Amino acid sequence: MEFSRPASTEEAAAIKAADPGATILAGGTDLMVEVNFGHASPDHVIGLRRVDDLADYQDTRIGAGVTWARLEECSHRALAQAARTVGSPQIRAAGTIGGNIGTASPAGDGLPWLAAAEAEIEVYSTTRGTRLVSWDQFFTGVKQNALADDEVITAAVLPENVPSVQEFAKIGQRSAMVISTVSACVMRDDEGSIRVALGAVAPTPIRVRQAEALVSGQSNPSEALLEEFARTVSAEVKPITDHRSTEAYRRHASGVLARRLLERCLAQ
Amino acid sequence: MIINMTVNGEARNAVVAGSESLLTTLREELGLPGSKNACEQGECGSCTVILDGALVTSCLVMSADCEDSEITTVEGLSTDRELHAVQRALLDAGAVQCGFCTPGFVVAAAHLFEENRHPSSETIREALSGNICRCTGYGAILRGLEALAQEPS
Ligand SMILES: Cc1cc2nc3c(=O)[nH]c(=O)nc-3n(C[C@H](O)[C@H](O)[C@H](O)COP(=O)(O)OP(=O)(O)OC[C@H]3O[C@@H](n4cnc5c(N)ncnc54)[C@H](O)[C@@H]3O)c2cc1C
Ligand code: FES
Ligand code: FES
Repeated sequence: MEFSRPASTEEAAAIKAADPGATILAGGTDLMVEVNFGHASPDHVIGLRRVDDLADYQDTRIGAGVTWARLEECSHRALAQAARTVGSPQIRAAGTIGGNIGTASPAGDGLPWLAAAEAEIEVYSTTRGTRLVSWDQFFTGVKQNALADDEVITAAVLPENVPSVQEFAKIGQRSAMVISTVSACVMRDDEGSIRVALGAVAPTPIRVRQAEALVSGQSNPSEALLEEFARTVSAEVKPITDHRSTEAYRRHASGVLARRLLERCLAQ
Repeated sequence: MIINMTVNGEARNAVVAGSESLLTTLREELGLPGSKNACEQGECGSCTVILDGALVTSCLVMSADCEDSEITTVEGLSTDRELHAVQRALLDAGAVQCGFCTPGFVVAAAHLFEENRHPSSETIREALSGNICRCTGYGAILRGLEALAQEPS
Protein backbone atom coordinates (compact mmCIF):
# COMPACT_ATOMS: atom_id res chain seq x y z
CA MET A 1 0.00 0.00 0.00
CA GLU A 2 1.15 3.50 -0.85
CA PHE A 3 0.52 6.35 1.58
CA SER A 4 0.66 9.99 0.46
CA ARG A 5 1.09 12.88 2.86
CA PRO A 6 0.10 16.06 1.03
CA ALA A 7 0.88 19.33 2.78
CA SER A 8 -1.95 21.30 1.15
CA THR A 9 -5.34 20.89 -0.51
CA GLU A 10 -3.73 21.72 -3.84
CA GLU A 11 -1.24 18.91 -3.41
CA ALA A 12 -3.92 16.48 -2.23
CA ALA A 13 -6.04 17.23 -5.31
CA ALA A 14 -3.04 16.77 -7.59
CA ILE A 15 -2.33 13.34 -6.08
CA LYS A 16 -6.02 12.40 -6.42
CA ALA A 17 -6.08 13.55 -10.06
CA ALA A 18 -2.99 11.47 -10.86
CA ASP A 19 -4.54 8.39 -9.19
CA PRO A 20 -8.35 8.73 -9.13
CA GLY A 21 -8.62 5.31 -7.48
CA ALA A 22 -6.77 6.50 -4.38
CA THR A 23 -8.69 6.57 -1.09
CA ILE A 24 -8.88 9.72 0.99
CA LEU A 25 -8.35 9.34 4.74
CA ALA A 26 -9.35 12.09 7.17
CA GLY A 27 -10.07 11.08 10.79
CA GLY A 28 -10.45 7.44 9.78
CA THR A 29 -13.50 6.82 11.99
CA ASP A 30 -15.56 5.57 9.05
CA LEU A 31 -12.81 4.33 6.75
CA MET A 32 -10.83 2.31 9.30
CA VAL A 33 -13.92 0.38 10.37
CA GLU A 34 -14.25 -0.71 6.74
CA VAL A 35 -10.55 -1.59 6.60
CA ASN A 36 -10.57 -3.53 9.89
CA PHE A 37 -13.54 -5.61 8.75
CA GLY A 38 -12.06 -6.31 5.34
CA HIS A 39 -14.69 -4.27 3.47
CA ALA A 40 -12.05 -1.88 2.13
CA SER A 41 -8.48 -2.68 1.13
CA PRO A 42 -7.07 0.51 -0.32
CA ASP A 43 -3.84 0.29 -2.28
CA HIS A 44 -3.18 4.02 -2.18
CA VAL A 45 -4.27 6.24 0.70
CA ILE A 46 -4.07 10.03 0.79
CA GLY A 47 -3.86 11.23 4.41
CA LEU A 48 -5.48 14.61 5.07
CA ARG A 49 -5.10 14.71 8.86
CA ARG A 50 -2.29 17.20 8.68
CA VAL A 51 -3.47 19.36 5.80
CA ASP A 52 -3.83 22.55 7.84
CA ASP A 53 -5.75 24.61 5.28
CA LEU A 54 -8.59 22.05 5.39
CA ALA A 55 -8.99 22.45 9.14
CA ASP A 56 -9.80 26.15 9.01
CA TYR A 57 -13.08 27.08 10.71
CA GLN A 58 -15.05 30.20 9.83
CA ASP A 59 -18.73 30.74 10.58
CA THR A 60 -19.53 30.91 6.85
CA ARG A 61 -17.00 28.34 5.67
CA ILE A 62 -16.31 25.21 7.66
CA GLY A 63 -13.22 23.38 6.42
CA ALA A 64 -13.67 19.68 5.65
CA GLY A 65 -10.95 18.80 8.15
CA VAL A 66 -12.66 20.49 11.11
CA THR A 67 -13.26 17.88 13.82
CA TRP A 68 -16.43 17.32 15.82
CA ALA A 69 -14.45 18.30 18.91
CA ARG A 70 -13.94 21.75 17.38
CA LEU A 71 -17.57 21.97 16.22
CA GLU A 72 -18.80 21.31 19.77
CA GLU A 73 -17.52 24.81 20.51
CA CYS A 74 -18.79 26.53 17.36
CA SER A 75 -21.27 29.42 17.23
CA HIS A 76 -23.92 27.59 15.19
CA ARG A 77 -26.03 26.34 18.07
CA ALA A 78 -27.60 23.29 16.42
CA LEU A 79 -24.36 22.20 14.75
CA ALA A 80 -22.68 22.29 18.16
CA GLN A 81 -25.59 20.27 19.57
CA ALA A 82 -25.16 17.72 16.77
CA ALA A 83 -21.40 17.58 17.34
CA ARG A 84 -21.91 16.78 21.02
CA THR A 85 -23.96 13.71 20.08
CA VAL A 86 -21.41 12.19 17.70
CA GLY A 87 -19.86 8.97 18.99
CA SER A 88 -17.60 9.54 21.98
CA PRO A 89 -14.80 11.94 22.93
CA GLN A 90 -12.39 9.68 21.02
CA ILE A 91 -14.54 9.69 17.88
CA ARG A 92 -15.11 13.46 18.08
CA ALA A 93 -11.38 14.15 18.44
CA ALA A 94 -10.64 12.31 15.18
CA GLY A 95 -13.81 12.46 13.07
CA THR A 96 -14.37 15.40 10.75
CA ILE A 97 -17.34 17.06 9.10
CA GLY A 98 -15.71 16.38 5.72
CA GLY A 99 -15.67 12.67 6.54
CA ASN A 100 -19.35 12.82 7.52
CA ILE A 101 -20.11 14.47 4.17
CA GLY A 102 -17.84 12.02 2.32
CA THR A 103 -19.48 8.96 3.85
CA ALA A 104 -22.95 10.44 3.17
CA SER A 105 -24.62 7.99 5.51
CA PRO A 106 -28.35 8.67 5.89
CA ALA A 107 -27.62 8.75 9.64
CA GLY A 108 -24.74 11.25 9.41
CA ASP A 109 -25.48 13.67 12.23
CA GLY A 110 -23.99 16.69 10.48
CA LEU A 111 -26.25 16.37 7.47
CA PRO A 112 -29.64 17.59 8.79
CA TRP A 113 -27.95 20.79 9.94
CA LEU A 114 -26.35 21.31 6.51
CA ALA A 115 -29.77 20.76 4.90
CA ALA A 116 -31.54 23.22 7.19
CA ALA A 117 -28.76 25.79 6.80
CA GLU A 118 -28.91 25.35 3.01
CA ALA A 119 -25.20 24.72 2.83
CA GLU A 120 -23.20 24.22 -0.31
CA ILE A 121 -20.50 21.59 -0.40
CA GLU A 122 -17.26 23.02 -1.78
CA VAL A 123 -15.13 20.57 -3.75
CA TYR A 124 -11.85 21.12 -5.53
CA SER A 125 -10.02 19.52 -8.43
CA THR A 126 -6.87 20.65 -10.19
CA THR A 127 -8.55 20.64 -13.62
CA ARG A 128 -11.89 22.33 -12.78
CA GLY A 129 -10.89 24.32 -9.73
CA THR A 130 -13.51 24.99 -7.07
CA ARG A 131 -17.08 23.77 -7.53
CA LEU A 132 -19.98 24.53 -5.17
CA VAL A 133 -22.72 21.92 -5.01
CA SER A 134 -25.90 22.62 -3.05
CA TRP A 135 -26.55 20.05 -0.30
CA ASP A 136 -29.58 18.56 -2.07
CA GLN A 137 -27.56 17.98 -5.25
CA PHE A 138 -24.57 16.63 -3.34
CA PHE A 139 -26.21 13.82 -1.37
CA THR A 140 -27.54 11.48 -4.05
CA GLY A 141 -28.35 8.24 -2.22
CA VAL A 142 -27.44 5.93 0.64
CA LYS A 143 -23.69 6.51 1.09
CA GLN A 144 -23.56 8.15 -2.31
CA ASN A 145 -22.59 11.66 -3.25
CA ALA A 146 -21.75 13.80 -6.25
CA LEU A 147 -17.99 13.90 -5.62
CA ALA A 148 -15.97 13.11 -8.75
CA ASP A 149 -12.93 10.79 -8.68
CA ASP A 150 -10.44 13.62 -8.97
CA GLU A 151 -12.05 15.86 -6.36
CA VAL A 152 -11.45 16.61 -2.70
CA ILE A 153 -14.15 17.96 -0.39
CA THR A 154 -12.76 21.24 0.90
CA ALA A 155 -15.55 22.82 2.96
CA ALA A 156 -19.18 23.34 3.80
CA VAL A 157 -20.05 26.86 2.70
CA LEU A 158 -22.93 28.61 4.44
CA PRO A 159 -25.12 31.49 3.33
CA GLU A 160 -24.63 34.73 5.32
CA ASN A 161 -28.11 34.51 6.81
CA VAL A 162 -28.26 31.13 8.52
CA PRO A 163 -31.06 31.60 11.10
CA SER A 164 -29.64 31.92 14.60
CA VAL A 165 -32.71 30.23 16.10
CA GLN A 166 -31.88 26.57 15.50
CA GLU A 167 -32.18 23.28 17.35
CA PHE A 168 -30.88 19.75 16.72
CA ALA A 169 -31.69 16.48 18.47
CA LYS A 170 -31.51 12.82 17.71
CA ILE A 171 -33.14 9.65 18.93
CA GLY A 172 -31.13 6.50 19.50
CA GLN A 173 -30.98 3.52 21.81
CA ARG A 174 -28.72 5.14 24.41
CA SER A 175 -27.35 8.59 25.00
CA ALA A 176 -23.65 8.08 24.21
CA MET A 177 -22.06 6.43 21.19
CA VAL A 178 -25.15 5.81 19.20
CA ILE A 179 -26.04 6.03 15.53
CA SER A 180 -29.24 8.00 14.98
CA THR A 181 -32.54 6.19 14.59
CA VAL A 182 -33.95 9.59 13.65
CA SER A 183 -32.24 12.98 13.76
CA ALA A 184 -33.71 16.40 13.10
CA CYS A 185 -32.78 20.04 12.83
CA VAL A 186 -35.30 22.89 12.93
CA MET A 187 -34.49 26.54 12.19
CA ARG A 188 -36.62 29.68 12.40
CA ASP A 189 -35.55 32.82 10.55
CA ASP A 190 -36.30 36.45 11.42
CA GLU A 191 -39.46 36.46 9.29
CA GLY A 192 -40.76 33.37 11.07
CA SER A 193 -40.10 30.98 8.21
CA ILE A 194 -39.49 27.45 9.47
CA ARG A 195 -37.05 24.93 8.06
CA VAL A 196 -37.22 21.28 9.08
CA ALA A 197 -34.56 18.76 8.04
CA LEU A 198 -34.37 15.13 9.09
CA GLY A 199 -31.77 12.38 8.96
CA ALA A 200 -31.94 8.56 8.95
CA VAL A 201 -35.47 8.60 7.53
CA ALA A 202 -34.66 8.64 3.80
CA PRO A 203 -31.67 7.68 1.60
CA THR A 204 -30.35 11.24 2.03
CA PRO A 205 -31.01 14.04 4.50
CA ILE A 206 -34.37 15.60 3.59
CA ARG A 207 -36.43 18.75 4.10
CA VAL A 208 -40.15 18.30 4.77
CA ARG A 209 -41.52 21.21 2.78
CA GLN A 210 -45.25 20.70 3.39
CA ALA A 211 -44.73 20.62 7.13
CA GLU A 212 -42.52 23.71 6.89
CA ALA A 213 -45.23 25.60 4.99
CA LEU A 214 -47.84 24.63 7.56
CA VAL A 215 -46.12 26.40 10.45
CA SER A 216 -44.07 29.11 8.75
CA GLY A 217 -45.08 32.56 9.97
CA GLN A 218 -46.99 31.11 12.94
CA SER A 219 -45.47 32.47 16.14
CA ASN A 220 -48.03 30.86 18.42
CA PRO A 221 -49.45 27.77 16.72
CA SER A 222 -52.45 26.04 18.30
CA GLU A 223 -52.24 22.52 19.70
CA ALA A 224 -54.25 21.35 16.68
CA LEU A 225 -51.75 22.92 14.27
CA LEU A 226 -48.78 21.43 16.14
CA GLU A 227 -50.43 18.02 15.90
CA GLU A 228 -51.06 18.48 12.20
CA PHE A 229 -47.43 19.56 11.81
CA ALA A 230 -46.18 16.37 13.48
CA ARG A 231 -48.53 14.23 11.36
CA THR A 232 -47.36 15.95 8.19
CA VAL A 233 -43.70 15.37 9.09
CA SER A 234 -44.47 11.69 9.72
CA ALA A 235 -46.20 11.43 6.35
CA GLU A 236 -43.47 13.19 4.40
CA VAL A 237 -40.45 11.17 5.57
CA LYS A 238 -39.49 7.99 3.71
CA PRO A 239 -37.99 5.67 6.32
CA ILE A 240 -37.20 1.97 6.09
CA THR A 241 -37.13 -0.88 8.56
CA ASP A 242 -33.62 -2.08 9.42
CA HIS A 243 -31.68 -3.56 12.34
CA ARG A 244 -31.92 -0.27 14.23
CA SER A 245 -35.63 0.41 13.99
CA THR A 246 -38.87 -0.02 12.08
CA GLU A 247 -40.43 2.20 9.47
CA ALA A 248 -43.46 2.82 11.69
CA TYR A 249 -41.37 3.88 14.67
CA ARG A 250 -39.20 6.17 12.56
CA ARG A 251 -42.30 7.87 11.11
CA HIS A 252 -43.77 8.39 14.55
CA ALA A 253 -40.47 9.56 16.06
CA SER A 254 -39.88 12.01 13.18
CA GLY A 255 -43.10 13.84 13.96
CA VAL A 256 -42.51 13.87 17.71
CA LEU A 257 -38.91 15.06 17.36
CA ALA A 258 -39.66 17.77 14.78
CA ARG A 259 -42.54 19.12 16.88
CA ARG A 260 -40.39 19.19 20.00
CA LEU A 261 -37.64 21.12 18.20
CA LEU A 262 -40.18 23.50 16.63
CA GLU A 263 -41.55 24.31 20.07
CA ARG A 264 -38.04 24.96 21.35
CA CYS A 265 -37.40 27.33 18.44
CA LEU A 266 -40.68 29.16 19.05
CA ALA A 267 -39.82 29.59 22.73
CA GLN A 268 -36.61 31.51 21.91
CA MET B 1 6.85 0.48 4.99
CA ILE B 2 8.78 2.00 7.89
CA ILE B 3 7.05 4.64 9.99
CA ASN B 4 8.99 6.82 12.41
CA MET B 5 7.01 7.79 15.46
CA THR B 6 7.67 8.84 19.02
CA VAL B 7 6.02 6.40 21.37
CA ASN B 8 6.04 7.12 25.09
CA GLY B 9 8.86 9.59 24.56
CA GLU B 10 11.07 7.19 22.60
CA ALA B 11 11.80 7.42 18.86
CA ARG B 12 10.65 4.19 17.21
CA ASN B 13 10.83 2.89 13.64
CA ALA B 14 7.89 0.60 13.09
CA VAL B 15 7.62 -1.83 10.21
CA VAL B 16 4.01 -1.38 9.14
CA ALA B 17 2.08 -3.71 6.84
CA GLY B 18 -0.34 -1.98 4.46
CA SER B 19 -3.36 -0.35 6.05
CA GLU B 20 -2.86 -1.86 9.51
CA SER B 21 -4.08 0.06 12.53
CA LEU B 22 -1.92 1.77 15.11
CA LEU B 23 -3.36 -0.72 17.62
CA THR B 24 -1.92 -3.64 15.65
CA THR B 25 1.44 -1.89 15.26
CA LEU B 26 1.67 -1.08 18.96
CA ARG B 27 0.78 -4.59 20.08
CA GLU B 28 2.47 -6.72 17.46
CA GLU B 29 5.39 -4.68 16.24
CA LEU B 30 6.38 -2.37 19.08
CA GLY B 31 5.91 -4.77 22.00
CA LEU B 32 3.28 -2.63 23.70
CA PRO B 33 0.31 -4.91 24.39
CA GLY B 34 -1.24 -2.59 27.00
CA SER B 35 -3.73 -1.17 24.51
CA LYS B 36 -6.38 -3.85 24.11
CA ASN B 37 -8.24 -5.06 21.04
CA ALA B 38 -11.88 -5.73 21.85
CA CYS B 39 -13.95 -4.42 18.95
CA GLU B 40 -11.79 -2.83 16.24
CA GLN B 41 -14.63 -0.44 15.42
CA GLY B 42 -14.16 2.46 17.79
CA GLU B 43 -17.00 1.41 20.08
CA CYS B 44 -15.32 0.14 23.23
CA GLY B 45 -12.37 2.43 23.94
CA SER B 46 -10.09 -0.36 25.18
CA CYS B 47 -7.45 0.66 22.61
CA THR B 48 -7.46 4.36 23.61
CA VAL B 49 -4.17 6.25 23.22
CA ILE B 50 -3.12 9.89 23.01
CA LEU B 51 -2.08 10.82 19.46
CA ASP B 52 -0.51 14.27 19.00
CA GLY B 53 -2.37 15.45 22.09
CA ALA B 54 -5.77 14.05 21.10
CA LEU B 55 -7.55 11.15 22.77
CA VAL B 56 -8.29 8.60 20.04
CA THR B 57 -9.08 4.92 19.55
CA SER B 58 -5.90 3.43 18.09
CA CYS B 59 -7.88 0.78 16.18
CA LEU B 60 -9.21 3.56 13.94
CA VAL B 61 -5.83 5.21 13.31
CA MET B 62 -3.92 4.01 10.26
CA SER B 63 -0.29 3.47 11.26
CA ALA B 64 0.90 4.81 7.92
CA ASP B 65 -0.66 8.14 8.97
CA CYS B 66 1.57 8.34 12.07
CA GLU B 67 4.86 9.45 10.53
CA ASP B 68 6.41 11.97 12.97
CA SER B 69 3.48 11.57 15.39
CA GLU B 70 3.73 11.48 19.15
CA ILE B 71 1.86 8.68 20.85
CA THR B 72 1.29 7.95 24.52
CA THR B 73 0.00 4.52 25.49
CA VAL B 74 -0.92 3.18 28.91
CA GLU B 75 2.65 1.90 29.24
CA GLY B 76 3.90 5.48 29.03
CA LEU B 77 1.86 6.76 31.96
CA SER B 78 3.64 5.01 34.83
CA THR B 79 7.24 4.20 35.65
CA ASP B 80 8.55 0.99 37.20
CA ARG B 81 8.44 2.75 40.54
CA GLU B 82 5.40 4.87 40.41
CA LEU B 83 1.87 4.43 39.19
CA HIS B 84 0.04 7.28 37.49
CA ALA B 85 -2.35 9.06 39.88
CA VAL B 86 -5.28 7.68 37.91
CA GLN B 87 -4.00 4.10 38.22
CA ARG B 88 -3.53 4.54 41.97
CA ALA B 89 -7.04 5.98 42.29
CA LEU B 90 -8.59 3.04 40.41
CA LEU B 91 -6.58 0.56 42.47
CA ASP B 92 -7.64 2.22 45.73
CA ALA B 93 -11.29 2.06 44.67
CA GLY B 94 -11.08 -1.61 43.62
CA ALA B 95 -12.13 -0.52 40.16
CA VAL B 96 -10.58 -3.42 38.25
CA GLN B 97 -12.46 -6.65 37.64
CA CYS B 98 -11.23 -8.65 34.63
CA GLY B 99 -9.11 -5.61 33.73
CA PHE B 100 -9.55 -5.77 29.99
CA CYS B 101 -11.08 -2.30 29.73
CA THR B 102 -8.76 -0.80 32.33
CA PRO B 103 -5.93 0.48 30.09
CA GLY B 104 -8.44 2.38 27.95
CA PHE B 105 -10.10 3.91 31.01
CA VAL B 106 -6.69 4.81 32.46
CA VAL B 107 -5.58 6.64 29.30
CA ALA B 108 -8.93 8.45 28.91
CA ALA B 109 -8.92 9.48 32.57
CA ALA B 110 -5.25 10.54 32.47
CA HIS B 111 -6.02 12.74 29.46
CA LEU B 112 -8.95 14.29 31.34
CA PHE B 113 -6.96 14.98 34.54
CA GLU B 114 -4.18 16.47 32.47
CA GLU B 115 -6.64 19.09 31.21
CA ASN B 116 -8.72 19.46 34.37
CA ARG B 117 -7.33 18.49 37.77
CA HIS B 118 -10.71 18.77 39.54
CA PRO B 119 -13.37 17.58 37.12
CA SER B 120 -17.00 17.31 38.25
CA SER B 121 -18.71 13.91 38.30
CA GLU B 122 -20.60 15.00 35.20
CA THR B 123 -17.36 15.85 33.39
CA ILE B 124 -15.80 12.53 34.40
CA ARG B 125 -18.80 10.59 33.06
CA GLU B 126 -18.73 12.56 29.83
CA ALA B 127 -14.97 12.02 29.40
CA LEU B 128 -15.35 8.26 29.89
CA SER B 129 -18.41 7.88 27.67
CA GLY B 130 -16.29 6.31 24.93
CA ASN B 131 -15.09 3.49 27.18
CA ILE B 132 -17.11 0.36 27.85
CA CYS B 133 -16.61 -2.07 30.74
CA ARG B 134 -18.17 -5.47 30.06
CA CYS B 135 -17.85 -6.30 33.77
CA THR B 136 -19.96 -3.16 34.34
CA GLY B 137 -17.59 -1.89 36.98
CA TYR B 138 -18.58 1.70 36.33
CA GLY B 139 -19.56 2.50 39.92
CA ALA B 140 -16.10 1.79 41.32
CA ILE B 141 -14.36 3.46 38.37
CA LEU B 142 -16.36 6.65 38.92
CA ARG B 143 -15.89 6.56 42.71
CA GLY B 144 -12.14 6.20 42.28
CA LEU B 145 -11.86 9.12 39.89
CA GLU B 146 -14.27 11.29 41.90
CA ALA B 147 -12.03 10.74 44.92
CA LEU B 148 -8.98 11.73 42.88
CA ALA B 149 -10.77 14.88 41.70
CA GLN B 150 -11.31 15.86 45.36
CA GLU B 151 -7.61 15.55 46.26
CA PRO B 152 -5.74 18.85 46.55
CA SER B 153 -3.52 19.49 43.50
C1 LIG C 1 -17.82 4.29 17.33
C2 LIG C 1 -18.32 5.24 16.28
C3 LIG C 1 -19.37 6.09 16.56
C4 LIG C 1 -19.83 6.97 15.59
N1 LIG C 1 -20.87 7.79 15.92
C5 LIG C 1 -21.35 8.64 14.99
C6 LIG C 1 -22.45 9.49 15.31
O1 LIG C 1 -22.96 9.49 16.44
N2 LIG C 1 -22.89 10.32 14.33
C7 LIG C 1 -22.33 10.36 13.08
O2 LIG C 1 -22.78 11.14 12.26
N3 LIG C 1 -21.30 9.57 12.77
C8 LIG C 1 -20.80 8.71 13.68
N4 LIG C 1 -19.76 7.88 13.36
C9 LIG C 1 -19.22 7.92 12.00
C10 LIG C 1 -18.01 8.84 11.79
O3 LIG C 1 -17.35 9.10 13.00
C11 LIG C 1 -18.41 10.19 11.17
O4 LIG C 1 -19.08 9.97 9.94
C12 LIG C 1 -17.20 11.10 10.93
O5 LIG C 1 -17.65 12.40 10.67
C13 LIG C 1 -16.29 10.61 9.81
O6 LIG C 1 -15.21 11.52 9.67
P1 LIG C 1 -13.70 11.02 9.49
O7 LIG C 1 -12.88 12.24 9.36
O8 LIG C 1 -13.31 10.07 10.53
O9 LIG C 1 -13.85 10.27 8.07
P2 LIG C 1 -12.94 9.15 7.35
O10 LIG C 1 -13.25 7.82 7.92
O11 LIG C 1 -11.51 9.58 7.31
O12 LIG C 1 -13.55 9.27 5.89
C14 LIG C 1 -14.89 8.93 5.64
C15 LIG C 1 -15.16 8.93 4.13
O13 LIG C 1 -15.11 10.25 3.60
C16 LIG C 1 -14.07 10.38 2.64
N5 LIG C 1 -13.47 11.68 2.89
C17 LIG C 1 -13.06 12.18 4.10
N6 LIG C 1 -12.60 13.42 3.97
C18 LIG C 1 -12.70 13.73 2.65
C19 LIG C 1 -12.38 14.89 1.89
N7 LIG C 1 -11.87 16.00 2.45
N8 LIG C 1 -12.59 14.85 0.54
C20 LIG C 1 -13.12 13.74 -0.05
N9 LIG C 1 -13.45 12.63 0.63
C21 LIG C 1 -13.25 12.63 1.96
C22 LIG C 1 -13.17 9.19 2.84
O14 LIG C 1 -12.53 8.81 1.66
C23 LIG C 1 -14.13 8.13 3.33
O15 LIG C 1 -14.80 7.56 2.26
C24 LIG C 1 -19.24 7.01 14.31
C25 LIG C 1 -18.16 6.16 14.03
C26 LIG C 1 -17.69 5.29 15.00
C27 LIG C 1 -16.53 4.40 14.68
S1 FES D 1 -10.72 -1.91 20.00
FE1 FES D 1 -10.62 0.16 19.47
S2 FES D 1 -12.42 0.97 20.29
FE2 FES D 1 -12.66 -1.14 20.64
S1 FES E 1 -13.09 -4.79 34.26
FE1 FES E 1 -13.75 -6.29 32.86
S2 FES E 1 -14.29 -5.14 31.13
FE2 FES E 1 -14.00 -3.64 32.63
